[in-house]
Amino acid sequence: MDLEYSADERAFRDEVRAWLREHLPGELRDKVVRYAHLSRDDLLSWHRILAEKRWIAPAWPQEWGGTGWNVVQRYIFEEECGYAGAPPLVPFGLMMCAPVLLRFGTEAQKRRFLPRIYRGEDFWCQGYSEPNAGSDLAALRTQAVRKDDRYIVNGQKIWTTLAHMADWIFCLVRTDADAQRKQEGISFLLIDMRTRGITVRPLMLMDGRHEVNEVFFDDVEVPVDQRVHEEGKGWTVAKYLLGYERMNTARIGTSKRELELLKRFAAQQRRHGRPLTEDIRFRDKLARLEIELTALSITNLRFLDALRGGRAPGAEVSMLKIKGTEIQQLLTELMLEAAGPLAQAIGSADGARLDDPFLAALAPRYCNMRKTTIYAGSNEIQRNIIARHALGL
Amino acid sequence: MNFDRTEEQELIAAAIARFIERDYTFDARRRILESPQGCSDHVWRTMAELGLLGIALPTAHGGLGGGAVDAMSLMEGIGAALMLEPWLSTVAIGAQLVARGGSEAQCADMLPAVVEGRQKLAFADAESDSGHDLHRVVTRARQDTHGYVVTGLKRNVAHGAVADRLIVSVRTAGADDDREGITLLVIARDAPGITVHGLRMLDGTRAADITFDDVRAPRDAAIGAIDHALPLIEEVIDFATALVCAEAVGTIRSANAATLEHLRTRRQFGVPIGSFQALQHRMVDMTIEAEQALSMASLACSAVDHERDATVRARIVSAAKGRICDACRRVSQESIQLHGGMGMSDELKVSHTFRRLTAIAQQFGDADHHLARYAALAPRPLSSE
Repeated sequence: MDLEYSADERAFRDEVRAWLREHLPGELRDKVVRYAHLSRDDLLSWHRILAEKRWIAPAWPQEWGGTGWNVVQRYIFEEECGYAGAPPLVPFGLMMCAPVLLRFGTEAQKRRFLPRIYRGEDFWCQGYSEPNAGSDLAALRTQAVRKDDRYIVNGQKIWTTLAHMADWIFCLVRTDADAQRKQEGISFLLIDMRTRGITVRPLMLMDGRHEVNEVFFDDVEVPVDQRVHEEGKGWTVAKYLLGYERMNTARIGTSKRELELLKRFAAQQRRHGRPLTEDIRFRDKLARLEIELTALSITNLRFLDALRGGRAPGAEVSMLKIKGTEIQQLLTELMLEAAGPLAQAIGSADGARLDDPFLAALAPRYCNMRKTTIYAGSNEIQRNIIARHALGL
Repeated sequence: MNFDRTEEQELIAAAIARFIERDYTFDARRRILESPQGCSDHVWRTMAELGLLGIALPTAHGGLGGGAVDAMSLMEGIGAALMLEPWLSTVAIGAQLVARGGSEAQCADMLPAVVEGRQKLAFADAESDSGHDLHRVVTRARQDTHGYVVTGLKRNVAHGAVADRLIVSVRTAGADDDREGITLLVIARDAPGITVHGLRMLDGTRAADITFDDVRAPRDAAIGAIDHALPLIEEVIDFATALVCAEAVGTIRSANAATLEHLRTRRQFGVPIGSFQALQHRMVDMTIEAEQALSMASLACSAVDHERDATVRARIVSAAKGRICDACRRVSQESIQLHGGMGMSDELKVSHTFRRLTAIAQQFGDADHHLARYAALAPRPLSSE
């Protein structure tokens, strides 16, 4: 048993690290590390830097620009990006739409969309959730009625992340209202956000930021050649995406960086005239968090090692999601606790510049990160998946 | 990075699996548990024949060499079968103290006897007020021209009544809680002046309170540096703690397997209770605990084998044991709850895994002890690693 990376893996990690040191713009890194707002341009500029290096889509087949890295290398790359403070890559095009096109798309669809996704020319969002279809996704009601060579789409999506920045949306829609099972009669459509009849309405969240939206479809016309896979087979596509290999779901690299920040930050805070890190109650919480992250990083490596042997990922991804998001949330909680009462001030009321924008970002960040145990299949849904598929219950 | 077992580790894993299936079923264990001695000589001989008493002991003295990682599958097996024999006391603590600190003569005298199953050892360390502290030693040994004269009381000495020899931590200098001034002495369990009071422990293992009343030990009974034995003790207890982490993984898996089987087969309201989401999610969390426990056990065993820096090693072991104490508590309590009243019955193995996991959560330090040690050993300033 060897818990360390091999010499080759270390060399690869060092290569990635050195490249990041040189090419990750300091300004972008600062924004990420200080929890500042990232604009569309911020997100896309990092995307394009990686695209130029041809590292933007490691998991794609090499003919479409993939790097040919194995699972361990892909994990190392993502962990290093997170640890370095690189902006997150918006996953909807790269890691969701593209794998679907690669698996189910026609040659024409691949040629039309993949290069633009690769180069960061199209910004994608995901049209899954609806007001009455959250965890019970198959209850979705947005309707697409076939009329000649088009579908006429009517309905509403909700919690659509970054729809206000997006050029395209991929949607699950109901194409057969009379299907016997609700999972049948669903299709997977690609829709241009500039199409007439689409309205995007911001949903402001408790962190005061605009991240998610409602998207309304009112007689929106979608050419039939923008349907992926057969009509009525959208659920197959959705399930494929759910099981799609995402071994970085625990975001170990990002959490390691944030833990280091938390420790530095807490050491500077004083309670009863002493550094907060000497407070036994806080110290124990910090120690437990650090140990949990250590355990998860090894669990992640163990799963990767098994995967490298060619086994398909199963319930492991769900475990990593549950534990990874619990840790991410606890980090924000302890950061807020460490900051103390001053962190309750989240902005200026008279337009003056804030003395300490980082301090002001901590409470909104704590609020924002509640999303992690809810999105991408809530942690309860993940437990259902493990119970069914790993435990056979 | 590689989590595969070596060929030799596979052989050990297969040997222990076959052995348990044949000689250590739950019924067999119950007979051993209820026997006067509380552990089985037959099992001990078999373990010696299989080479299991030589794991992690030097080849020069008949052992298989190797380290904690090589012993992991054995420990997982011991944990799953709830074995009652003094493997840990004898091989992982007693013989390790000798192998790492003893003279060539002591090694030659004791290690082959351990490997061949002729000698069992116990570590007489804990005292009434020592808690989990290894340095709080009140039992005194005064020195005269012939050697040492030991007086004191050692508590809860694991397998103290079946051991042929005791390795006793004694204070030869300094105050009761000084880190310096501790010496290790090998003393025969039946030496004059020793009184052994046998104890039955919650988890079914046996232990003993041992009184030393002017017990004499010759000068060459000392293992390792006189007055400076604490680093050796800490090194070996870290080694044993890492192995207990691996044992816990086996016990946790056993508890989980039994609980999962119960969820599948027990029917209420006309359906298997495993169809209820409230129970499924708890079972899932127990499964995740087992994965996290295995990760930390792997880390700890690897650290005690390879880490040269004693502070780093100790910190990793405490991280692992602290985490595994939490896992032991959660899994043991949930396994009983999900079994319902049946889980509390002595008849079911799961009530025995509960008791063992409760004991492991205390063995060599509870979660609070290890969290405190983990934090105390953090690199200064805390801000950077």
